[in-house]
Parts: sequence; C-alpha cells; structure tokens
Amino acid sequence: MQFMLLFSRQGKLRLQKWYVPLSDKEKKKITRELVQTVLARKPKMCSFLEWRDLKIVYKRYASLYFCCAIEDQDNELITLEIIHRYVELLDKYFGSVCELDIIFNFEKAYFILDEFLLGGEVQETSKKNVLKAIEQADLLQELLPTPPVI
Amino acid sequence: MSDIVEKTLTALPGLFLQSQLGGGPAAAKASFSSRLGSLVRSITLLTSKHEEEKLIQQELSNLKVTVSAPTTTLKMMKECMVRLAYCEMLGYDASFGYIHAIKLAQQGNLFEKRVGYLAVSLFLHENHELLLLLVNTVIKDLQSTNLVEVCMALTVISQIFPREMIPAVLPLIEDKLQHSKEIIRRKAVLALYKFHLIAPNQVQHIHIKFRKALCDRDSLLTRSVDWTPTAQGFQGCDVEADRQAFGQENASGYKDLTGSFVTILKQVVGGKLPVDFNYHSVPAPWLQIQLLRILGLLGKDDRRTSELMYDVLDESLRRAELNHNVTYAILFECVHTVYSIYPKSELLEKAAKCIGKFVLSPKINLKYLGLKALTYVIQQDPSLALQHQMTIIECLDHSDPIIKRETLELLNRITNAQNVTVIVQKMLEYLHQSKEEYIIVNLVGKIAELAEKYAPDNAWFIQTMNAVFSVGGDAMHPDIPNNFLRLLAEGFDDEAEDHQLRLYAVQSYLTLLDVENAFYPQRFLQVMSWVLGEYSYLLDKETPDEVISKLYKLLMNNSISAETKAWLIAAVTKLTPQVHSSHTVEKLIQEFTTSLDTCLRQQAFELKHLQENVDLMKSVLPVGKSCDDMMVDASLSFLDGFVAEGLCQGAAPYKPHHQRQEEKLSQEKVLNFEPYGLSFSSSGFTGRQSPAGISLGSDASGNSAETGLKETNSLKLEGIKKLWGKEGYLPKKESTTRDGVDALPLPQETAALENVDQPVTKKDPPPALTPSREEKEKQLLASSLFVGLGSESTINLLGKADTVCHKFRRKSKTKETKSGEPTSAHPNSLSNASYEEDYYLDTLQDIGDKELKKISLDSELLDSESFTELHMVEKPSDCNLPRPSLFADNNLEIFHPSQSPGASVANEVSLAAALLEDPTEHMHSPVIEVCSNETISASSYKIWKDDCLLMVWSVTNKSGSELKSANVEIAPTEKFKITEQLESCLPVIEAESTNIFQHSVQMENPSTEGTLSGFINYQKMDSHSVQLEFSVTLSLLDFIRPLKISTEDFGKLWLSFANDVKQNVKMSASQAALPSVLKTLQHKLRLHVVDMIGTEGLLACQLLPSRPCLLHFRVHADVLVLWLRSSCSALPDYLLSQCQRVVEGS
Repeated sequence: MQFMLLFSRQGKLRLQKWYVPLSDKEKKKITRELVQTVLARKPKMCSFLEWRDLKIVYKRYASLYFCCAIEDQDNELITLEIIHRYVELLDKYFGSVCELDIIFNFEKAYFILDEFLLGGEVQETSKKNVLKAIEQADLLQELLPTPPVI
Repeated sequence: MSDIVEKTLTALPGLFLQSQLGGGPAAAKASFSSRLGSLVRSITLLTSKHEEEKLIQQELSNLKVTVSAPTTTLKMMKECMVRLAYCEMLGYDASFGYIHAIKLAQQGNLFEKRVGYLAVSLFLHENHELLLLLVNTVIKDLQSTNLVEVCMALTVISQIFPREMIPAVLPLIEDKLQHSKEIIRRKAVLALYKFHLIAPNQVQHIHIKFRKALCDRDSLLTRSVDWTPTAQGFQGCDVEADRQAFGQENASGYKDLTGSFVTILKQVVGGKLPVDFNYHSVPAPWLQIQLLRILGLLGKDDRRTSELMYDVLDESLRRAELNHNVTYAILFECVHTVYSIYPKSELLEKAAKCIGKFVLSPKINLKYLGLKALTYVIQQDPSLALQHQMTIIECLDHSDPIIKRETLELLNRITNAQNVTVIVQKMLEYLHQSKEEYIIVNLVGKIAELAEKYAPDNAWFIQTMNAVFSVGGDAMHPDIPNNFLRLLAEGFDDEAEDHQLRLYAVQSYLTLLDVENAFYPQRFLQVMSWVLGEYSYLLDKETPDEVISKLYKLLMNNSISAETKAWLIAAVTKLTPQVHSSHTVEKLIQEFTTSLDTCLRQQAFELKHLQENVDLMKSVLPVGKSCDDMMVDASLSFLDGFVAEGLCQGAAPYKPHHQRQEEKLSQEKVLNFEPYGLSFSSSGFTGRQSPAGISLGSDASGNSAETGLKETNSLKLEGIKKLWGKEGYLPKKESTTRDGVDALPLPQETAALENVDQPVTKKDPPPALTPSREEKEKQLLASSLFVGLGSESTINLLGKADTVCHKFRRKSKTKETKSGEPTSAHPNSLSNASYEEDYYLDTLQDIGDKELKKISLDSELLDSESFTELHMVEKPSDCNLPRPSLFADNNLEIFHPSQSPGASVANEVSLAAALLEDPTEHMHSPVIEVCSNETISASSYKIWKDDCLLMVWSVTNKSGSELKSANVEIAPTEKFKITEQLESCLPVIEAESTNIFQHSVQMENPSTEGTLSGFINYQKMDSHSVQLEFSVTLSLLDFIRPLKISTEDFGKLWLSFANDVKQNVKMSASQAALPSVLKTLQHKLRLHVVDMIGTEGLLACQLLPSRPCLLHFRVHADVLVLWLRSSCSALPDYLLSQCQRVVEGS
C-alpha cells in the first residue's frame, strides 16, 4: 500500500499515512486531487479508481471516506476488507465510533493503524490481537506515576 | 458499519452541549481534557478559509514559543506535538517542531515517547536529514527490557529509517526474530522486509534465514498439533517478505518451496487454523491471498511446479462459495493464479465460470473486477469475450466512467482490422468526455497505435489522427506526432497509395485551417505545417502561394508559440522555391528579420538569402524528397582557403573544444586554493562543469557570428539543419529504405472495410425473446465489435493480429533491425578490442586452461568476410520476421561439425568459432558442460556482446540415431529478459552432430547473481520425448559494459543521478596505488576509465541495456574511498559489493 487517507464529506483531511517517501508538496497535491476526484463520484459508483498509475480503493463510512492507494498487482477487494477491518477496530476501541472520535483522538487512531498496518503491509489480521496490543500500551501509561499537573 | 451514527461537523456545536451532558464517552473525554479539542472546536466555528488560516498561524506561533521555552515539561510537549500534527494535517508548515518530536521520543516516558515516535513518523520521511538524530534513541529502545519500548522502536523502524544506518540496527533486529513474544517477532520481520525494499543487498543473508524458518515450520505444520497462532502470524509475514523477494530474485531458487506453500494453503483452506484468524468466517483471507499470489509466481510457465498446485487451486475455487466480499477477493486472486500458471483445461474452465460470475454480478465492484479479469485473460481465450459480449456492450455505456474505461481497455485488447473503426470511435467518444490529463494522454496513445496498426483506409486514418492531435493536445507523448510524420514521409511500397495519403492529409489540413476561430494545439499545428511544407506540391487546385498565405496568417496569430512559428517559417521556406515571387514571403521576411526571437530571425534571414539565389534554393530544398539524404561536405573543405589566409595573417590556430577546456582547467587548478579532495562535489565537478557551459555558449554564439560573415555557401548548410532537424524528426536515413523487401500491406482492405460497414450477421445473437429496437442496436454494435473474434477464426488472437494486414505498419521497424545489425558488427575501436583481449587473457589465465586459448585463436583466424557476406544475403528475407535471426536456416551449412564422435572438444572449438558472429570482437567464456545423459550432452558459454549477453548452448547428439523436435527452452524469470536468437526448435539433430541454440539475455533488475534454468527437449526415434534440465549462473558482471564518456559528461551525469552509495574499502597491500586499482577495476569489472586526477579516479559503466553507473574513488594510504552513483536505485549497491570483492580479494 502506498498511502491511506481519511477525509470527511466536506473534503477535510482527518488522517493521513504515507508509506512511500514523498515531499510535502507532492503529498498536498495528491491529497487535493484525490479528495476532489473521490468526492465527485456518485454513491452507486464503483469503489475502485485508476488514478495516474495507482489504483485507488475507497469506501465511505457515514461521513468519512477511507481511501487507500495500492499498487498494480494488489487485490482491490482485499483492500476494501483492510479498510473494513480498520473501521471495525476503531469501532471496537472507541465503542461505536464516529468522525468526532477520530478528530479528537486522532493520535489514538494512528496508534491503532500502526498496530494493524505496518509500513504498508498488514501486520496483524486478528482483531483481538491488535486491540490487545493497544490496550497494553494504554494500560502501561496509566500505571506510570503522573507528574503533578501545573 | 450500520451502527455508526452519522454525525457531521455541521452539527458540531450542538453536539458539544450534548456530549458534555453525557454523550459518547470518548467525545466527552476529549472535549474536557485536551487543548486539541478546543483548537478543533474553534476551527469548526469559523466560516471562512481566511479566518482559519489566521487562527492556525496564531496557534502555530504560540506553539513555537511553547516548544522552545525551557520551562515546557515533556507532558506539555506531548500535547504540543499532537496539536502540531493536527495543524500539519490541515496543510500548514510545522517544521519548527520536528526536532522537538525527536527530543520527545528520546527523553519522554513511555506515553510521551509513544507520541514522540508517532509525531516523528508523521512529520519526517525516510530521506529526511533529522532522522539521523533518532538512530541512537531507536538503538537504545531496541535494547530495552520493556516490551512496549521495543515495540515502539520496531514500529518506527518499519516506517521510516535512514538507509545508511541499517547496519547499526540490523543485528539487533535479527535477534528479535527469536523473541518469545509474537508481536515482536512479527514487527521484526516487517522491519527486515522494509530494509529489503530500501536496501536489498544489506539483507540478502536474511532470505536464507526466512527460507530455513519456512521449511522448519513446514514440518511443524504437518504435525498440526504445533500449529499455533504464533507460527501462523510469523509465517504470514515471512511469506510476505519472500513474495517480495520473488519480485527481484530468481523465482526458480524458490521452486523447491512450492510443496510447503501448497501444504500451508491446503491447511488454511481446510480450516485448520484457530478461529482467531477467521475474518467473517473465512479462514485467514490475507494469508490465502498471499499464498495464491506466490503460487502464481512460482508456477508461471513451469509445468511441473504448476502440477503440484492444481489440486489446491481447485479446492480454493470450490470452497470460496460464501457470498461475501472477502471470498470474492480470494476467488479473484485464484482466477489470476490459474491463468498465470501452466494451463490446465479443467481449471481454466472453472476460472472462466468464475469470471462470468464477476461480470454478471449486479454489484458494481465485482463487475469492474470481472472486466479486469476479462482484459487479463482475453488474449488467451478470446471466446470469453464473445460469451459476455452483451454485458460488455452494456458496460460501454455505463454511467461510471471507470467501468467505461476498463471496457475500452478490454476492447483495445481485442481490436483487429475488422472492428477497429467501431472500437476507435467508442474510444474517441470517451476521449471527448474526459478531462483528466493522465487519462487523455494514455488513451490518445492507444488510439494512435490502433490507427497506425489497423487503419482500413487513408481518409479514416487521417481523420482519426486529426482527432488524436486536436484532443491529445500538447500533453501527448511526442512519439505520436513523430511517428505519424515518419510514416507519412517514408511511405509504403505503393507510390500511388503514398501519394493519395499525403494528398488527403494536405487537403484535410487546409480545410481545418479554413475554419474560423478554430483553436488547435501547438503540436497539431506543427504537424500541419510540416505536412503542408512537404506535400503541398501534390495539390492541383490550390497554388503554393495560397498555402503560404494561410501559413502566414497563422504566423501572425498571437496565440502561436515561438516553436510553432519556427515550424511555420520552415514550411514557408520549403514552399518558396515553388512560387516565382510571392508578396507574402516578402512580407514575412520583412516582419521576422526584425523579430526579437533570434531563432525566427535567423530563419527569416536564411529565407531571405536563399530567395536571392533561386537555383541554389531549388537544389537545397528539393520537392518531395524529405527522406533522401543530401550530400554535405561535413569537413568544410571549401573553407580551407579562408583558414589558410587567416593563419597567414597571424590568427591563432583552431583548438578543439576539449583542448580549450583542458587548458582552462589546468589554469584553474593553479588558482584553486580550496583543498580539492575534501569537498569533492563542489570544487570537483560543479567547478569543472560550469566553465564548460559558459564556453559552450560563447562558442556557439561565435559560430553564428562567423556564419554571418561568410558567403551564402555556409548559410545553406545552417539552413538545412535548422529546417529539418527540428524536434528531432528526420533521423539519418539510409538509402536502403527503398529496397522494397517488406511486402507488408496485404490486399483485401476494402473487403475488410465492407465487413465493418455491414456487420456480419452470421453470429448467433444471444437468446432474447423479442428484441426491442434498442436491443437490436446493441446486438448490431456487438456484432461489429466482436467481428473477427471467436473460435472459428483463430484461437490465438495475437497470432492473428500479427498476420492481419498491418496497413500502416512503419517501415522503420524493419529498417531499425537492419541498421541495428551492421552497427553491432562494426568493430568499436582499437582500444576497446585490445582491452577486451586483455580481459580475455586474464580470464584465461585465471582458469588456467591452455586448450581454450586455441579456440580463441581459431576464432580469430576465421575468415570474417564470409560472415559479412552472410549478413547481406540474409537480411532481405529476414525483414518480414519480427526479429531477424541472422542465421535462420543456413546455420547448419556453415558449421558442419567434424563427424568423429570422439573429438567432441574439437567439435566445440569449431562450433564456437563458427558461431561467433564477429569473432575478433566479442570475447566468450570457456565452454562448460551444463548437462548430459547417454544420448546428448549440452555445453554452454557466454559471449559478452556490446549490447547483450549472448548465451550459446551447443547440444551434441551422441547417439547413433537422429533426434526429433529438439529445442532449448529457458524458463522465464523476472530477473532476466531473454530473447531467442536462432531458430530454437530444429526438427532434427542428426546422429553424432551438434546443434547450436542462442539466447540473448539482459538483466531486468540489478542483483548480484541469478540462475538461468531451462530444459533441453528432444525426442528419440519412436519413443517419448525426453526433457533434460540444466541451469547456469549469471553474475551482475556479465551485464556490465564500459561506458565511454568524457570527463565533462561524467560531471553532468554525476549531478543528475540521485542514487548514491559511499564506502571505504581497505585494499590489499599489493595494489595500494591508484594505477593498479584502476587496472583491477577496469579488467575485472569492465569499467571504463574516464579520467585520473591526482589520487582520484573516475570510472563509468553501464548495466545493459542502458543504465549508467558512475564511480568515483580516491586513494588514502591503503584505504579506497568508493563513491557510486546511478539513475537506477539498486545498481550502486550491487556494484559496490562487486568492487569491494575485487579490491579486497586480490
């Protein structure tokens, strides 16, 4: 996978993860063009796009679009399932997730993503294991002595 | 996710109140505690983009103050990083915080560290310089006893890590492969995989480890008791890394693992995994897909390997029946694999059925993939397209442009001479609707290709190309107009046909130019002006004068670029000799001799001078002879008198450019106070390059000033060059163009055309009860689209397409091959030959095989004239073949082997000698026996040709009876591109004789070495066929050739290459001096020595066919500092390791 973008129906970027090294300028350009292209598509249309030399797989969940760029030999349908699994993970973690959860806890959303996909490859396919890893990390920090709040 | 409540930001303010009163727990937490929350809230309250910008700039400047304040605690810093990341996501620059993110990862406690690492991975990319500061932190965390810290370090390594620091962490990560926790092992594998991607040569040894692990686990697998989630998880990752390795490594090295993969897949499909790995009750779909893909790679064109997997594929196809998205994903991969491996009809049938399921599905995603699968398999099985023709027709008018585009791609694959008009029309329709440049460029290229290949008649061809040029515009690939013009200029065999085509083009352009207010892209105008300039003389009605005035009108148009204007003036210049005196031309000269554009001005002056001498003009600009060569006195001998006069008067003698350059350089050296060795790139190359650029400029301007002084003779030459050399069109042509050997156009074009116009009705329409009118239309369309397909015509569509009349196939193709051969046969240069000789002797000594010396001598003594003769004789008949094989059928005659069965060595010697196309030039490796049995023995050797590696296999029949259908079959690999050179399937090898097979090999992706394996098939009299396997190892060095460039070019190239590797190598004492190192590198690695300056040396080479790699080195006592650069990312790595081996080894 080359990158993953989450954006809202209004075209606001909510999460971005790049697995290929690109300059900020390129990232911005790609994001802008892609958001525009995807938002222009009608709901009944196909979830796959050929865009430049990449394949784009996107899916809308409520007000959020999840959008992945994959390479030519990759399987589109399984990429849809990757997106779905990520949404399931978010849902389980936040408990009925909504866009706001992702906005306000976007670092958490990143942590979950990193446990699921690492360097563009699926790291762990078991839902239970991903959540276990996240919970462990969360738990450890709570056990730490917290310095007094100023 | 139906349970997700749709909430949008527009309703946000209201929601806050709700959540504070006890809404969703997470939202509530966020709104109370975090300052990010307040930032987000204030942003959403804003109405304009401008306000948002102001707010965030304000926020950023606050953050800047906070992060750099010494009183800021790490906890606050963590919070700042989150806000910074948020601002950056919104598109604002937060680079001031990067360094603080690294600090946070370094100093924070676990939670802060976690945020620090996250921020680093979000902010930086793997080439960012700040990343080096993170390396120590990462190493520390990898060694930590806290698992969470180790995990974090591995996570960040798998995402971003500087390539040059890999050796620092590699051993630590390898240790982690044995870690007791699954999650750590898993991350470690992914980290190694990442390394494999960015620096393949650093982790080469890992493959062996993975491989071993895979085999070990296989034994675990069979005792399914031990089948733990741990093993599976680990496995999945391994498989991934291995799969990737296939991409670059030779797949055949992994063939023996096929059994393991099949067993694993069988167990997964059979549901032997723990339920944990089920995804919507499908067992481990990700793993299944990985495995299927690996099997597809392994079984490609390999019958025996494929046979192992037929069962499990069948099982997979059968099992995946659940109606869920993920099963379709597996099915799709399965179908792909079935069509990739060696075919089995039963499986193909099932796979075809599956494709049908996809295509006919009401779900649009599946339909799309169905079309994609069809596109993929259509070349193997065109009847499938016939089966689904109605669906394809429906998809052609689908509302989703993506579906439409895929359908067009499918049609593109099945185009033939009979359906080309309909398909191209559909493509043009789509083209007119699209706006995205990438799509347009892509589609335009396809249309142009189809039009050239299958055009039914002139009018259609010109009109289609007109559409291509006007829609494709200036973004399209420059090859399209160039090829089109070349086609027009070179013409076909039939003069009348050429005449008609050109005339039609001229007429159509004149009509187009008459349209008021029409806008045409610059490229199109350039094409028009060239055609009008060349071929207006074919017109009857309109005079050249009228054409000139049309061109003049365009010239006066402000929207026309200067480049196009140059084309226009060139066209006018060509037309001028055909009119007696033209007022328009006068006007044009007047207008443009004062133009500010120097190029146009020069052209105008040339025109002016030419016009003064009409005879000269006519001889310089002959009508309708654009393809003929013109004799030009390139040595400028007519100026000898002028030069002599100048010298007499005391002028300085002319020094060639490089000489001046050198003098300048040596002067510079005196003045250069900087330590030259220390900053190589700045003082070394840029310093040398820039004066070159300047002097080049002055040189050129000096030239043009001179031409002004000289008489019209010199102007003539300049003029021709400018006029016809524009855009690189009109390459050097040989008079051989017209030898009329390539009888390409076949008759019956008109018949084919009629076929299209009146759709063939013999095809059974699909069963429709009472077809409505719309239906009928569709069927009509279908019959015109799918004409020429289907089983009754030919199974192999490709084969058919090739034989079908390529009306507009370019002559140049055949010509290229023709001209390609002689050039490769020319001896390059003396120095090269002697160097090659050196090299060869070296290798000979290395091996210490005295006998072989004789071979080379023999080969040199061989009369080379007979070969050149053969070239001549063979060429004409070869021209119709796609790839000319020089010795096609005659080869048997040439090398009659001696019939004594005992002297097989002598046999090979004579063969080797006979086969070397130009024995004096190319060196070859010693002959090695690759395989043998009681009937045959095969040996091979490599010939290092300038443009490829030629593998020669000589197969000797030792038995007393002749062998039938003998051939050498090379298993295709991803690593090498293999092209058969001689006819590889000779019907018989006579008793006790030898046949020769040749393959030219090129390396696709750089790697240290790879194995080329294949089979020798033959059939004994009245017995079954026998297959004999063999393999040979090819190393990178077999594909490296010297690259002969000058020091200046080296400097320029050096700066333009992005991939570089630098390393210090300790030399053996015996050769710690520059010349000996140079010699070693030159001889052992075939590098070209470009230059030697003090203690530095420059070398250049290329990986065939044309990937250059530059090498700079410097000697410090006994340390050699090597620095390699190339345009190809992996090449420097591999070459470096070779250099290292050579320098350290000897």
